[in-house]
Amino acid sequence: METVAVPAVASFRDVYRAELDAIRAGGLYKEERFIHAPQGAEIEVVFPAGAPPRKVLNLCANNYLGLSSHPRVVAAAHAGLDRRGYGMSSVRFICGTQDIHRELERRLTEFLGAEDTILFSSCLDANAGVFEALFGEKDVLIADRLVHASIVDGMRFCKAMTDTYKHADLGHLEEKLLEHADKRFRVVITDGVFSMDGDLAPLDRIVALAEKHGALTFVDDSHATGFIGKTGRGTPEHFGVHGRIDLLTTTFGKALGGASGGCVSGRRELVEMARQRARPYLFSNTLASVIVSGTLEVLDLISETTERRDRLEENARFWRKGLVEAGFDVKPGESPIVPVMLYDARLAQELARDLFAEGVYVVGFFFPVVAKGQARIRTQLSAAHTREQLERALAAFVKVGRKHDVLGKTKAEMLARCGL
Amino acid sequence: MDDLRKTILDYVRREYLEEDDERPLTETTRLISGGIVDSFSMVSLKRFLERKYDLKIPDADASPEAFDTVESIAALVERLSAVRA
Repeated sequence: METVAVPAVASFRDVYRAELDAIRAGGLYKEERFIHAPQGAEIEVVFPAGAPPRKVLNLCANNYLGLSSHPRVVAAAHAGLDRRGYGMSSVRFICGTQDIHRELERRLTEFLGAEDTILFSSCLDANAGVFEALFGEKDVLIADRLVHASIVDGMRFCKAMTDTYKHADLGHLEEKLLEHADKRFRVVITDGVFSMDGDLAPLDRIVALAEKHGALTFVDDSHATGFIGKTGRGTPEHFGVHGRIDLLTTTFGKALGGASGGCVSGRRELVEMARQRARPYLFSNTLASVIVSGTLEVLDLISETTERRDRLEENARFWRKGLVEAGFDVKPGESPIVPVMLYDARLAQELARDLFAEGVYVVGFFFPVVAKGQARIRTQLSAAHTREQLERALAAFVKVGRKHDVLGKTKAEMLARCGL
Repeated sequence: MDDLRKTILDYVRREYLEEDDERPLTETTRLISGGIVDSFSMVSLKRFLERKYDLKIPDADASPEAFDTVESIAALVERLSAVRA
């Protein structure tokens, strides 16, 4: 019998083990910690695996309004489960649209000052689907260079020309609008609040510029809906351009209960076309009824009072001031995202580890989540944090900051200490 | 450095670096693989070269490798200009 020579092929296990080892060696490996409790200001965490659960303050959740485990939201989700069941086993256009899906779309349209809304399983899906559904080769997408990764992915799926402008640089944006004046549609794309830096896009000036040049405006307001603006309607409200955004995406996975789900709200024809063509909408299951029910209750809660977003604003102000006075290098801003800059990935991880030992749960962020040399600990405030908890967390930050000698230090001094 | 390389270098510095960016930029600095220019932002460089040097850069030639250094971009412009001439 003739023998067949088997070509030597690389073992996939060897290849990926080597890559994973390199990630670990570079200090870039991300560890998950197991939480044995509902989401909240204080949670029970098991870390490392096998260790006894311990209570820690949570300063890294997107639970801005503290509604993730709110009794009214949980009760509404239970009621929704009882009345409309667990799953729909269908996409929206086959047999996956319940009355409550359309009700949530109507409520979001009203809340966000739009003309119509379409639900997605996540905001990542909304961003991944909306550009490809609406724009093509005759158009250009012009994005701020720091937009969220899901927008970058969505732009990649789209056949339109892509271009970028320097972060929040309106002069550069105008250059781009003029440069692409030959295109059918020019779409200016920005986050409302930038997730890693916590700064707000200057939407009043962006909208004015887009309108001046006849361009469309797209805003991802995931880190703003529910709490930025006097009544929590997001960055458009904060900058006085509520109702003037052509396309706005947002998530229910952060302030609005924190489960999952997202939407595109905007001009009627754009939303209608997205409903016909957006692939994540057409080929992925409908948003679970239990989440729809919970989100409807969240909209009721935040429409009744601004107390939670007011407390969040106060907490963020207190926290930012405390860190700056202690000597930390903090990115300036006015949102509840307060990044503590450490620049080096290992340093960020070491501080996060020591803070955990002090009872404060935060995470180091580094490449590829942020640019190389821009590692940080991103702290996030919640309306659920009490003043006593924040004072305790601040004391822990100061203690750990002293240990690592980062208080009052510049970027160059911190990097020099890391041998960079 | 000749005018072509200087023009490209100036454009890259102005278009892609922030004012406080301290990274050194030379003709051999890796632009795309070095994280200075991303694939989305490459389009403006391509359009700039086409306008400035009255060229059409075919998509097949506008690869991340060809656009990775000022030197390789200049070589591409020189090649396409020679073909046109």
